[in-house]
Amino acid sequence: MEFLLQPWPWYVSGPLIALTMIILVLFGKSFGMSSNLKTLCAIGGADKYAEFFKFDWQSQKWNLTVVVGAVLGGFIAVYFLSDGSAIALNEQTITDLKDLGFQNAGATILPPEIYSWDAVLSLKGIAILVIAGFLVGFGTRYAGGCTSGHAITGLSNLQLPSLVAVIGFFIGGLVMTFFILPLIFS
Amino acid sequence: MKALKFLIVGMFFGIVLVKSEAVSWYRIYEMFKFQSFHMYGIIGSAVAIGVLFFLISKKLQLKSISGQIISPDQKEKNYKANILGGTIFGFGWALAGACPGPMYILVGTGVFSMLIVIAAALLGTFVYGLLKNKLPH
Repeated sequence: MEFLLQPWPWYVSGPLIALTMIILVLFGKSFGMSSNLKTLCAIGGADKYAEFFKFDWQSQKWNLTVVVGAVLGGFIAVYFLSDGSAIALNEQTITDLKDLGFQNAGATILPPEIYSWDAVLSLKGIAILVIAGFLVGFGTRYAGGCTSGHAITGLSNLQLPSLVAVIGFFIGGLVMTFFILPLIFS
Repeated sequence: MKALKFLIVGMFFGIVLVKSEAVSWYRIYEMFKFQSFHMYGIIGSAVAIGVLFFLISKKLQLKSISGQIISPDQKEKNYKANILGGTIFGFGWALAGACPGPMYILVGTGVFSMLIVIAAALLGTFVYGLLKNKLPH
């Protein structure tokens, strides 16, 4: 039981993520989380505004069910399968984050400097979350997938478009991390 | 019953992503700083097993439970969209520290401010739908 409660190493987690994809494929479906955003837009009536959202969203209900499960899974993992141990980050990462104004990096899953209500309820704080979310939603649909659809499924299928997209993920991620985060924080 | 199996897969996925710490903003930051192997190990081993699975299923002509032969999804070859959209997503991923899967999962861990990110992601998806025909693909 002990090992279940501790953080799981990459060589356990990675194969289990592959297993998630494999199970979905064996169920005749595919592994892609960002398409749920498109489905939710369609359910909300976005099909009245753009052709892109005119599709049979009923056929995607299974994927929304996966999302509901994922939310429950997050709850179970934190409240029943955790020993509260801190994230074992690289010392240098902790130092770098301290320079940006992030205290106690790794003590919680997410930095309170971004996600606590204190941080969120300021103009800067809410702008960060709104802009970040917008970029994720816009970018994934434009790229045709996110980490699950392109990085895991697409690369597993040796899809060149997915490799191109993943290169894009890293270009954006590196520019944000090395050049823009230091401008926003610190 | 049909829905139950997907609910269970989702729960499994949510638990794995929390326990792997892949849902952590800090782990994403550390990855983009190349300061840990952790995230590369997760994605790399998942892809390695995925490649093996698709090779084997092709060789054995494995079928899904609905009886169809498993064949790889062909992603559309819109390289401009892949690289531009990918880069835009990368900005958001490194800022929010979460991609779409973790966004939902983190709500379950009790981070309700993530709902703002999800709402904004829905808006981003909607705006993409509006602009799709005007963007290079």
